[in-house]
Amino acid sequence: MIKSYKTKRAISNAIVYVILTILSIIWVLPLVWIVMTSFSGEEATFIDHVIPTSWTFQHYIDLFTQTDTFNYPRAFLNTLIISIFSCIISTFSVLMVSYTFSRLRFKARKAFMNVAMILGMFPGFMTMIAIYYILKVIGLSQNIVGLIIVYSAGAALSYFISKGFFDTVPRALDEAATIDGATKNQIFWRIILPMSKPIVVYTVLTTFIAPWTDFIMARMLLRDATDQYTVALVLWNMTDKEKIDTFFYNFCAGSVVVAVPITALFLKMQKFYVEGITGGAVKG
Amino acid sequence: MNYIDYMQLNPFQRFCYKLKSFFVAIPGALSSFFKAVGKGLVAFFVGIGNFFKNYVNNFKVGGLATKLSYVIMGSGCFLNKQIVKGIIFLALEVAFIAYMIGFGGGYLAQFGTLGTKTAGTEWDANGMPVKVEGDNSMLILLFSTLTLIIIVLFIYLYIINIRVAVNNEKTIKAGNKPNNIIQDLKLLLDEKFHITMLAVPTTLIGCFTILPLIFMILIAFTNFDHDHQPPNQLFTWVGFGNFSDIFVGNAMYAQTFGKILVWTLVWAVVATFSCYILGVIVALMINKKGLKCKSVFRTCFVMAVAVPQFVTLLLMAQMLSQDGVVNVILENLGLIDQPIKFLTDTSNPNLARITIIVVNIWIGIPYTILSTTGILMNIPEDLYESARIDGATPVVQFMKITLPYLIFVTTPQLISTFVGNINNFNVIFLLSGGGPSNVHMYQAGETDLLVTWLFKLTMNNNDNNLAAAIGIIVFVICGALSLITFNNTKSVKDEGAFG
Repeated sequence: MIKSYKTKRAISNAIVYVILTILSIIWVLPLVWIVMTSFSGEEATFIDHVIPTSWTFQHYIDLFTQTDTFNYPRAFLNTLIISIFSCIISTFSVLMVSYTFSRLRFKARKAFMNVAMILGMFPGFMTMIAIYYILKVIGLSQNIVGLIIVYSAGAALSYFISKGFFDTVPRALDEAATIDGATKNQIFWRIILPMSKPIVVYTVLTTFIAPWTDFIMARMLLRDATDQYTVALVLWNMTDKEKIDTFFYNFCAGSVVVAVPITALFLKMQKFYVEGITGGAVKG
Repeated sequence: MNYIDYMQLNPFQRFCYKLKSFFVAIPGALSSFFKAVGKGLVAFFVGIGNFFKNYVNNFKVGGLATKLSYVIMGSGCFLNKQIVKGIIFLALEVAFIAYMIGFGGGYLAQFGTLGTKTAGTEWDANGMPVKVEGDNSMLILLFSTLTLIIIVLFIYLYIINIRVAVNNEKTIKAGNKPNNIIQDLKLLLDEKFHITMLAVPTTLIGCFTILPLIFMILIAFTNFDHDHQPPNQLFTWVGFGNFSDIFVGNAMYAQTFGKILVWTLVWAVVATFSCYILGVIVALMINKKGLKCKSVFRTCFVMAVAVPQFVTLLLMAQMLSQDGVVNVILENLGLIDQPIKFLTDTSNPNLARITIIVVNIWIGIPYTILSTTGILMNIPEDLYESARIDGATPVVQFMKITLPYLIFVTTPQLISTFVGNINNFNVIFLLSGGGPSNVHMYQAGETDLLVTWLFKLTMNNNDNNLAAAIGIIVFVICGALSLITFNNTKSVKDEGAFG
């Protein structure tokens, strides 16, 4: 009886192994394919076989040197600048807002939180149209400065996760510090913030990745200002029906270049990400 | 009926009981809703009444400084030796009046008509053409919205000014000195620290979320479309015209809207649950007892999350294109003679829909794995043990233990995924661009969601009014869904537990 249970288990494990291996291949294959294609030395764009017959590094060199149609290096630099600046501003604003809602008690607190929740329910898109006109009036439309402002302005609305974190930091710390004569300002900067490394890392990560991978807002605000384009826009334009024949390999190379840093960062910080998205759910 | 009675019922009786109690609860819920609304309204008007009573009363009993601050803001401060604070108040009042006279007032006066003078060419006395600047409806609407917000802020400031004056008088009567500026600033770092912390984020959100939102909501009630483009043409108010056009008025719009709404809802349901259920199954397989190399399998899946979404989507679109690698493989295997148009087959739009859902499953499963793995490990093992002893098969265990437990814990997350899918712009736009096209739809293709339709209306056709109206409809759908579920969620109700 026990033996048969063991065999049963071995068989079911074997089946699971097979299924998981097949699924893993399905999930990894497209990524392998794009890396492989970016090194392909084939002449024609669309070929009748999958694995290329010759290999080259030329597409990466082309990507960064032939900048007449698509200025990839410029776009990469733009994306980097946007991500870094909006990451700094957003991190401060998210942490400050979430700490205030979590720890400080004032009359309008509930009202502010409800307004933030309602604002989050409008499709982000709707405001984008109006933001374009507003930036146009200030003279910042079709400009990465405008993009930085917009990304950092909206970030504070996603304070839920870090508020959840601050909620779990014991209040006794604040009380002890208050008895020792610390002001609320000092409590935040000197006591709570240094203790909250995981949530700071998580916030920095998400606020850096969000502009890096955003497509819609950039498309909406930059329109035809090609010298301000971000990588997402350049890659999207490369897949245009008339351009894709010429730029297919550059597209693959460009995708690899933009994906590698984010992928590495994400895999390294996976733990924080999982804590972040499940943090709100597990409490229930 | 108490708990023990309930447990003795059979499943069908339980179901009937639940159904009955659901319908019995409806009138009560409705009446308590209206009672709450009524109470809120009463409280609101009582509040306003009290405010005016205090307003007049304070003026009557107040001293010179208080009386003066009803007209000249800040008097209550600099007459009581709070020079800096007083000057700030006064400066703000002067700035507000200057703004209203020089800028805001003019725009606000045109708010009712949104401009009357069309730009064009006129002939001067010598018969030469002269370009005449007309009214710009868009700017009028934008700046009057801004002015309205500024007026509300100014009224708030005015009330604070009076409150400060009254408090100062009370302090002096009690024999104390009012705070000087340094003491006030110190308060901002301690008791009033929330003001310091929220000042910048609130201003930014006000300028780049609330102002645009009000502006767009107003646009939904105008005719700001491709025929009415400022600065050369004017647009004006049309009331609920856009909404009635979308629902019934304009056959083309109504048909397009109906089709897209149905597809949006179908998409949201199918996309959310397919990713969720399949993802849970894969997560269970990865976490199966006695399985080795768990981390290798998990990393394979997580890779798909880690790569930026626009890259994977553009990549998938390329692979599934007519000359793409998927067709090449299928041809090489001899399965097909001519390439399948996965995303562009106009004669069979369902193929594109199914393709998009399959690709979305590819993208969505890793997210589910990431978010449910921890929860799955927390399910008490003895539940499974007793189920096994009772002879439950793995499928029954999954349906009766795993799924109910997971859904109970992850409902908020499920709802936000559902709302996220209704607004899932990236997947549709980057994969199919809304195609395959359909001539019977207005500015939309077979796989367009409401949000991508909204995008196309503004970007390709400048129909901002329709786009804004659709945005409001999407908000109503998402808002209703979130309100119903979030209010019934424990983690939201218990927020105060930490406070």
